[in-house]
Amino acid sequence: MKKELPSKVKNLGWALLFVGIVIYAIGYTVNPREAAFNNIIGFLFITSIAVGSIFLIALEYIAGAVWSVPMRRVNEFMGGLILVAPIVAVPMFFHLHDIFHWTDLGAIGTDELLKGKQPYLNLNFFIIRFVVVFALWNLFYRLFTRNSLKQDLSKDQKLTTINIRLAAVFLPVFAITLTVTAVDWAMSLEPHWFSTILGVYYFSGTVLAAVATATYIIVKFHENGYLQNLKRDHFYSLGALLFAFINFWAYIAFSQFLLIWYANLPEETIWFMKRWEGGMQFVSVLLIIVHFAVPYFLLLPQEAKMNLKRLKFMAIWILFAHLFDLYWLVMPTYANGVTIGWMEIGFPVLIIGLIIVVLGYKMKRHNLMPVGDPKLERGLKFRL
Amino acid sequence: MSKKQLYSITALFDSPDAIINAASETSKAGYTKYDVNTPYPVHGMDGAMQLKPSRLGYFAMAFGLLGAVSAIGFMTWVTLVEYPLVIGGKPFWSWPAFVPVSFELTVLLASVLSIVAMIVIYFKFPNNAHPLHDTKYMKAVSSDKFGINIQANDPKFDEKVITEFFKSLGSKDIAPIYFDDEELQHGQKLFDPKFIGILLLVAIISSGATYLIFNQLMFMPPFNWMMTQEKLKAQKPSELFADGIGMRKPVEGTVARGILPYPFKGQPDSAGKYLVNPSLPTKEVLETGKQKYLTFCSPCHGNFGQGDSRLRGQFPNPPTLHSDKVRNWPDGNIYHVITEGQNVMPSYAPQIARDDRWAIIHYLRALQRAQNAKESDLK
Repeated sequence: MKKELPSKVKNLGWALLFVGIVIYAIGYTVNPREAAFNNIIGFLFITSIAVGSIFLIALEYIAGAVWSVPMRRVNEFMGGLILVAPIVAVPMFFHLHDIFHWTDLGAIGTDELLKGKQPYLNLNFFIIRFVVVFALWNLFYRLFTRNSLKQDLSKDQKLTTINIRLAAVFLPVFAITLTVTAVDWAMSLEPHWFSTILGVYYFSGTVLAAVATATYIIVKFHENGYLQNLKRDHFYSLGALLFAFINFWAYIAFSQFLLIWYANLPEETIWFMKRWEGGMQFVSVLLIIVHFAVPYFLLLPQEAKMNLKRLKFMAIWILFAHLFDLYWLVMPTYANGVTIGWMEIGFPVLIIGLIIVVLGYKMKRHNLMPVGDPKLERGLKFRL
Repeated sequence: MSKKQLYSITALFDSPDAIINAASETSKAGYTKYDVNTPYPVHGMDGAMQLKPSRLGYFAMAFGLLGAVSAIGFMTWVTLVEYPLVIGGKPFWSWPAFVPVSFELTVLLASVLSIVAMIVIYFKFPNNAHPLHDTKYMKAVSSDKFGINIQANDPKFDEKVITEFFKSLGSKDIAPIYFDDEELQHGQKLFDPKFIGILLLVAIISSGATYLIFNQLMFMPPFNWMMTQEKLKAQKPSELFADGIGMRKPVEGTVARGILPYPFKGQPDSAGKYLVNPSLPTKEVLETGKQKYLTFCSPCHGNFGQGDSRLRGQFPNPPTLHSDKVRNWPDGNIYHVITEGQNVMPSYAPQIARDDRWAIIHYLRALQRAQNAKESDLK
């Protein structure tokens, strides 16, 4: 059951990765500040897919889900990105002063708010958090996949039980670590501003990105004869999950907006004002259309969720929407108004390359289906 | 008693797999008027019964849209036409505030009306009962059995054939279901005069009782013990006085404590000439003045009296209080302006007590001094 990616796709992955590295290198020499901000987007994007995939694995175990078992390996492959995500973050650590205002000790001296937040927002603790968060994610990823892969050979049911317990431990850890990541890399860009819901906001995008990536890969595999046993019931479930999280994102995004709009406190509204001035208002409206309205109506009909072509298109669309969402989250701090240049378009190339390379690497080594999982049989027979 | 009229033949099965098999065999055999009842939704039933995609979604969509449109329409009407109210300084038509309500009403109407529509369609309104109700079959399928029933109005219906067919599928519990005789003879009970009459009676009694309790009983002793008291309430008439008015005017030629009539109405110059600030600028008085100034004066005059209002042009800005004219005014003149108002500034006499007005003047003098400090102040 081990399959290799076609060499054409693999070469494309390596080429994109190489081009991406070149773009990063040029970006950091030409305009380190803009490059660092784009690096945040890329880093959050790849982290989304990686940790979102681990979340989906844990969710499957803890919910006792059956339908997703035949496709779990794709999530396990994509969870592998958690190893490379910190590497993507490395260049930013040389430019933290360009990104984070709170690293400026001079500013802290005159700023009461920053002084108050210093126990949390300081460089040492920031780096500790980063290391701990990624260590935890890597640890859980290792444990989940190790047990899952061991099961391929031993067919030991106990391993499933162990993974269910692991998932119960992982999910609260995931909730905290993901919030920490969102606060550290997205919210602390504007250290005066705060929103208690931002962690959930990033979470909604995270799960969307992970499901969309998995959907695209699964449909592609299916079309090319890799996961042939999947039926429309499986694809319908994937589409329904996408649809659900599209709505969840809109719900969370609007909740954040409504509370800030209602209270109308200057320290909170400034964040939305930045996204409503100098052309950004069009970008904000476009985000609602791209991230909610279009996918909502395209995924609403029952047939749409079983239509492989539509699913593939929507998966790519939603991945782009998530990237766009991160752009909307991060870039207004870089400069007021709309920032769009070759860097904004070029930086995601590296991430796409990384995804393909990691997928190819993992596919070569591991079975495409968890052949030892006791739920696999039922999963393949799954009917709506 | 006439022969009972058959509604359907039912069969019970023990497992979801058996019922799926039975449903697909039944639809393969060409029956169309049949239904399956299970204690929970069984995966794959739609395919086994060869059902067309349900049209319920369109109903839900229509009802949901009805909910959204009526919520938005109602709130628009309320906030723009019927009772425009400024809330938090936001525009009358603030759509973000409508979203949660519209969402709730959309979901509510879509779900509730869909269920109502389902009942109306399946029970053939105005009928409110179904032959399957209150049968052993229905009790079984709502606890742990899986049932299927083929109705007598199916074109291929034949009691013996179907019984054999169900037996061949492995069912051990096959039973016919008959229409309720009484129901058939009496027709629709919903429009039965007796039923309507009792319904009307209940409605009249309950609404009448509500009226009697809340509008009569509550005003009778002993239930009125907090409402009716011996003391006279404001604005109420009184039998004690000859003119029948409960609220009395002060005796002529007297004034109430703490209230002095203002003697210089329309005479700012005499006010400036004859009125003297009765309080001394102590720390307490200045604190009071500052507090009252910030509350009542600063919205238009600005926190430092420079005429920089924070009303963003919704009310004309007053001139600065640091002009030579105001600085050279005697205290009485300023007191007159606060008491009587000037140009577009209204009288603040009802809001600010007399002593507080004088305290404000002390504070204002301090502000003026701060803006036009003398050489000696800096030493």
